[in-house]
Amino acid sequence: MLSNIGNTLLFLNILLGISIIYYLFQSLKYNNNLISKNIYHICSLQSTFIIICFFTLITAFIISDFSIVTVYHNSHSLKPFFYKISGTWGNHEGSLLLWAIILTIFSFLFLLYSKSHSKNFRIYSLIVQNILILGFLFFLLFNSNPFSTILPVPKEGLGLNPILQDPALAIHPPLLYIGFVGSSIYFSAAIGSLLTNYNGKLFAKSIKNWVLISWSFQTLGILTGSIWAYYELGWGGFWFWDPVENASLLPWFAMTALLHSLMVLEKRNLFYFWVIILCLLTFILSVTGTFLVRSGILNSVHTFANDPSRGLYILVFLSLMIFGSVILLFNKFKKSNYNLNPNSKETFILVNNWFMIFYLITVLLGTVYPIFTEVLNNHKVSVGPPFYNSVIIPVVVLFLLFMSLGPHSQWIKDKFNNLNLIIKILTASILINFSIIFFFKSYSLLSNFIIISALFLIISSLRDLYNLFRMKRFDASRIVSHLAFGCLVLFIGLNHNFSLEKDFNLKLGEKKEFENYSVKFDHLQLKEFKNYKAVVGEFSINDSQKNLTQTLYPEIRIYQNPNTITYEASIRSGLLKDYYITMSNIDRSDYYNIKFQKKPFMIWIWISVIFISFGGFLRLFKNAKKTY
Amino acid sequence: MQKKLIKISILSFIIFIILVFFLSLNKTTIYDTKGLVGQKISNIKLDHFSKNSIITEKDLNNNQYTLINFWASWCGPCRDENSILLKLNKEKNLKILGINFKDNKKNAKNFLIELGNPYDYLAVDSLGKQSINFGIYGIPESILIDKDLVIIRKFIGPILKNDYEYIKSTIGKK
Repeated sequence: MLSNIGNTLLFLNILLGISIIYYLFQSLKYNNNLISKNIYHICSLQSTFIIICFFTLITAFIISDFSIVTVYHNSHSLKPFFYKISGTWGNHEGSLLLWAIILTIFSFLFLLYSKSHSKNFRIYSLIVQNILILGFLFFLLFNSNPFSTILPVPKEGLGLNPILQDPALAIHPPLLYIGFVGSSIYFSAAIGSLLTNYNGKLFAKSIKNWVLISWSFQTLGILTGSIWAYYELGWGGFWFWDPVENASLLPWFAMTALLHSLMVLEKRNLFYFWVIILCLLTFILSVTGTFLVRSGILNSVHTFANDPSRGLYILVFLSLMIFGSVILLFNKFKKSNYNLNPNSKETFILVNNWFMIFYLITVLLGTVYPIFTEVLNNHKVSVGPPFYNSVIIPVVVLFLLFMSLGPHSQWIKDKFNNLNLIIKILTASILINFSIIFFFKSYSLLSNFIIISALFLIISSLRDLYNLFRMKRFDASRIVSHLAFGCLVLFIGLNHNFSLEKDFNLKLGEKKEFENYSVKFDHLQLKEFKNYKAVVGEFSINDSQKNLTQTLYPEIRIYQNPNTITYEASIRSGLLKDYYITMSNIDRSDYYNIKFQKKPFMIWIWISVIFISFGGFLRLFKNAKKTY
Repeated sequence: MQKKLIKISILSFIIFIILVFFLSLNKTTIYDTKGLVGQKISNIKLDHFSKNSIITEKDLNNNQYTLINFWASWCGPCRDENSILLKLNKEKNLKILGINFKDNKKNAKNFLIELGNPYDYLAVDSLGKQSINFGIYGIPESILIDKDLVIIRKFIGPILKNDYEYIKSTIGKK
């Protein structure tokens, strides 16, 4: 029943998509400057249908309709209500449906909010967007149908993978998807703009809010993924340079570069083709990421689906996109000479872009290199954190310095008249850095540089913020994001250098002491929950310096559906540090393997990222206020 | 002319990447052990432990059941399961294929001399590459397959007493 509704809606959406493209081509013929009302109606219908379609799937999950394969594979009648809903997009088919929804809704919103722009530009953008929509709808309907049925109807579902039953992960896919599926709309607009030779400044105006939306959500999406990894995977880290994580980071770099160079295009009408390339690149990278994750060609800890036919479809789609856009770009490309003053805002933004592209290439290489070696000479390698850390981290130092200086420069031309100030701020940063070393402990030379440059950015941003409020101006969005980025690097640096990690075996009642901490294994108890059993340990951690005792409860969970064991870390978050304990049983012995970690400033890493994204939202609200 | 060259090189670069992606699609290896049961084992090519020959799936086709056991001399639990494997070796319907995983040959030989050799066939995977294709995470692990080479069950960790009972009842059915 629900399956029929879903399939019908998907099919109707394909018809609607085709008719939208048809009507759009029709309206190119008319000479007025308005898009016909028909198209508005069909587009709103298209959005409505796809949303109903999604709710149909959610309903199937809520009422546990196991006649639908997706529900059967990913849900279970005993699963908590909240995870029944999040299970909708916690699997391949459902998440592709989410793709289609975001594509469709963004298409409709673009139609609504681009009225001030030229008709042909809007029409071509919408045509491209609808082709993308159709591509995904076909994929959904014929290859990854979320509404496929199973006969005979199973009595019970297989259940959602327990490590996916987590609040951070429940909201992770929607946030991330708004980010990188959202980038489709400026991919379409870029092609529309190339086809109609649209004015650069106007093009920048038409897409800047879309870039902001997708960038802000992408940032939050990456954050929730990282929080999930920290709490759930039990490794005690928050970023592992895992291929799937990298896949979400790649479009982010391109978006960040775009966000900045778009300003130059809007203000000075420069870098038009560069902006176009970034627009195209962002969405292409998003689809590439989807391809890498969904096809299962990456050996990752969380590769979700292994089905070559899916991979093939996305790959064909991806190739068409790439070739289409590259050939169009070749035809339209005009060489333009920029006379940039080395000390101007334009140059600094260009420098930002170089850095972003450098990060992008590094991460891309690290991610796809194992695929290449395996295909070309059948050699399995994995590129791990040492590669990324040694290539990326030293460059961050320079990046942070440019990031502090750039925003102060003027458009077109500037003079270096603030050298005095720079030296002052730098001195302050160095002093703070050495006082950290003096009062706490010393760290490597590179860490020194990182922390000094992060402090440099933080102090200059704080000064900007102060000046801003003194002048009673309130467009703090850039400063907030930059300040938060400085804090992010600072806290990651401190976290890295002040973490404490201990790995040992304990029996019930035993106690382990190291530095000024002691960990005691107090209790062990078996608990039954709705959808799992848990062995819960009770550990008291005593900090002898502050004479403070805290109790942590790590768990070993045994899930019934599907039958899986997971190790739940117990984390006590504090303002200054997190304590983190995982335990795992050792076969045929009374001993448990305990991993204890002290992680300083974890919460501040999360907060910094939230503020980076908050900066984007601030600018968005300001833009919205200006135009409406 | 120069422009054309740039265009062609960009295009061929893109084609190259897509081609690699395409090729890698068909190269997916079993990395996930969850979906392993019910799959058919194919393309086995294992080096024989002592002889200069290769063990393939044809060698296993004649057996009613085969237990593929991954072991190494450096692995403690492998010592424990050895006695059970020796007992299983006496079963008529079952042949045991041992795969010596990332091991020193001399130590492996001593291990078998000291504890006894339960294996009907013995292969070596000194780089640990072949074992990945079987979906092996760590050793000891064992895979029970039937004569059609379909995986019946996978045992993670050493074969224990209840696993022994399970295997005995499974192979005794026919």
